Amino acid sequence: MQIAYIYLPKPQDVPKEKKNQILKNFSFPKTPTGVEGLDDITEGGFPKGRPTLICGGAGCGKTLLAMQFLIKGITEFEENGVFMSFEEPSDDLSQNVKSLGFDLEKLKKEKKLVVDHVRVERSEIEEAGEYDLDGLFVRLSYAIDSVKAKRVVLDTIESLFAGLDNQAVLRAELRRLFHWLKEKGVTAVITGERGEATLTRQGLEEYVSDCVIILDHRVTEQVSTRRLRIVKYRGSTHGTNEYPFLIDEDGISVLPITSLKLDNEVSSDIVSTGVPGLDSMFDGGGFYRGSNILVSGTAGTAKTTIASYFANEQCLRGEKVVFFAFEESPQQLIRNMKSIGIDLAAHIKKGLLQIHSSRPSLNGLELHLLTLRKVIREFAPNTVIIDPISNLISVGSDQEVRSMLVRLIDMLKLNNITAMFTSLSKQTDSHRPDLAEESVSSLVDTWITVRDMEGVGERNRGIFIIKSRGMGHSNQVREFLIRKSGIDLLEVKVGPKGVLTGTARQSHEAKREENKRKIEMTKERNLREIERKRQVLEASILALKSEFDSLTDNLGIENDVPQLNATDAPPKKKR
Amino acid sequence: MKKQVKEWQLLLYIAGQTPKSVKALGNIKKYAEEHLKGIYSIEIIDLLKNPKLAEGDQIIAVPTLVRKFPEPIRKIIGDLSNEERVLVGLNIKPLS
Repeated sequence: MQIAYIYLPKPQDVPKEKKNQILKNFSFPKTPTGVEGLDDITEGGFPKGRPTLICGGAGCGKTLLAMQFLIKGITEFEENGVFMSFEEPSDDLSQNVKSLGFDLEKLKKEKKLVVDHVRVERSEIEEAGEYDLDGLFVRLSYAIDSVKAKRVVLDTIESLFAGLDNQAVLRAELRRLFHWLKEKGVTAVITGERGEATLTRQGLEEYVSDCVIILDHRVTEQVSTRRLRIVKYRGSTHGTNEYPFLIDEDGISVLPITSLKLDNEVSSDIVSTGVPGLDSMFDGGGFYRGSNILVSGTAGTAKTTIASYFANEQCLRGEKVVFFAFEESPQQLIRNMKSIGIDLAAHIKKGLLQIHSSRPSLNGLELHLLTLRKVIREFAPNTVIIDPISNLISVGSDQEVRSMLVRLIDMLKLNNITAMFTSLSKQTDSHRPDLAEESVSSLVDTWITVRDMEGVGERNRGIFIIKSRGMGHSNQVREFLIRKSGIDLLEVKVGPKGVLTGTARQSHEAKREENKRKIEMTKERNLREIERKRQVLEASILALKSEFDSLTDNLGIENDVPQLNATDAPPKKKR
Repeated sequence: MKKQVKEWQLLLYIAGQTPKSVKALGNIKKYAEEHLKGIYSIEIIDLLKNPKLAEGDQIIAVPTLVRKFPEPIRKIIGDLSNEERVLVGLNIKPLS
């Protein structure tokens, strides 16, 4: 039952194909960044041998992005690097990026990296007359030559402006520096603080750089998301949107929003729902592998239970499942499911199941998506369950949620992962979906609704299939019970007024019993009546017979008269 | 003040024999002869020949004059044509 193909796109795959289509003979020389996703957007990386500017406000990850570019260059592409820091001392820098798994000290020892801290202290420096920045050039040149660097980072060059007075000289010198870097043939990354009206404070770097990337750190409704956008890229096409990115223990990863197309492979394999009885509601006997299923319902209608059943079933078949729980902790989920006979802990022990619990408000939608993507990439599950997806909706606006879900579903489909989402819906009179669901419902392949059926002082649970793409399905609302042994779908009972559930079902059965008894009683009574009649008849036959006997006796002709046949006589007489 | 000062160690960082560096050297020699006669030494460091040394003294601009001794270290950048600022910067002469 293992899937043969789990296709995860490598960062370089997509742009290369694209590039070959568009630029058949020529390809702009680029330097791969080593930042997940960024190579997709830039279609290969930063311009080779040219300066790239990364600008943004405080704390949006400029230094980290630059550092990752440098370190990945060393570790993955064998291009040595120079990091010229104008802000942080070398030791601080080493320590800061160590938490992200980058060991600067080791690379420095191996002569693959030079970190040079340029300290410009205004109080120490007096300006008297004309000068130029040849000292900086010499230092940089020496550093580049000492490790034969191909990549250079200048972090944040405008610190110079704070330390030195003569702006005219600085501007001229910086311009010269950019040209000099180009001549040197190094791929340079320059970081810059964001200015008020211009991209950088000095409004200079963006014009002399060949590629400009803006990083942004935005807070919408208390949830912050980091975003990245390529403003310019001389000589190359590039993605123009804002792309969210994530900083975690592995550094930066960027997620392209619209790079996915609808051309995924489809599977005709069927996976069981795990709920006895539910399978039979689908003509195919379950869901298609790689499809996505929405289980919607109001509070307390056993959405999570159904999802757990599905997870359990897949684990029992030896397939890997990731369960994203946005409401319950793993322990709570395990305990709760144990109460209906599902042992999720055993699957976790076997390494088939992962439960990821977090509050949806922990981070923005994009970050959730990235986390999901990361987990999917690392764990390569066959099945993903998100419980509930409606909680994510509360984090962003309708449009954002929709766009995120499209990407999520695309991503899952691309990897042929069967996905089940649960969605909490508001109780509406029509039992039709509310708005939140509507944003999801057209995207999913199969939609199951569980709902409360209320009446005569009780509440019953019903399950039915709203849609199932490419598969015939039952139109019935099936009642189900949750017992200690698990979910139990009951047989459909059709009464005179439709399908019966709960006590209606019981009372219907009781009525039927009573009717049966009544019929039997009437039958018995009739039989008794007939028996009585027969006895009366027989008695009268006997009386008539004895009368006849005595008559023949008196006449003395006993032997000439034929005997009366007692058994034939009564019916004749009756007629 | 003269009691404390035994010797002035001055370093002049240059990057090749440029007009600016020649001018700077001429200027500092002139000021030193004038105010610190006999108690100073000037060392010229050409960064083109010794690029390693640029990091130690945090040199970014050239020419840079560094007062190594007496402490604290002071740096003056430029061709030193502004005498007033050089003397104030080197703490030879208080601000007038």
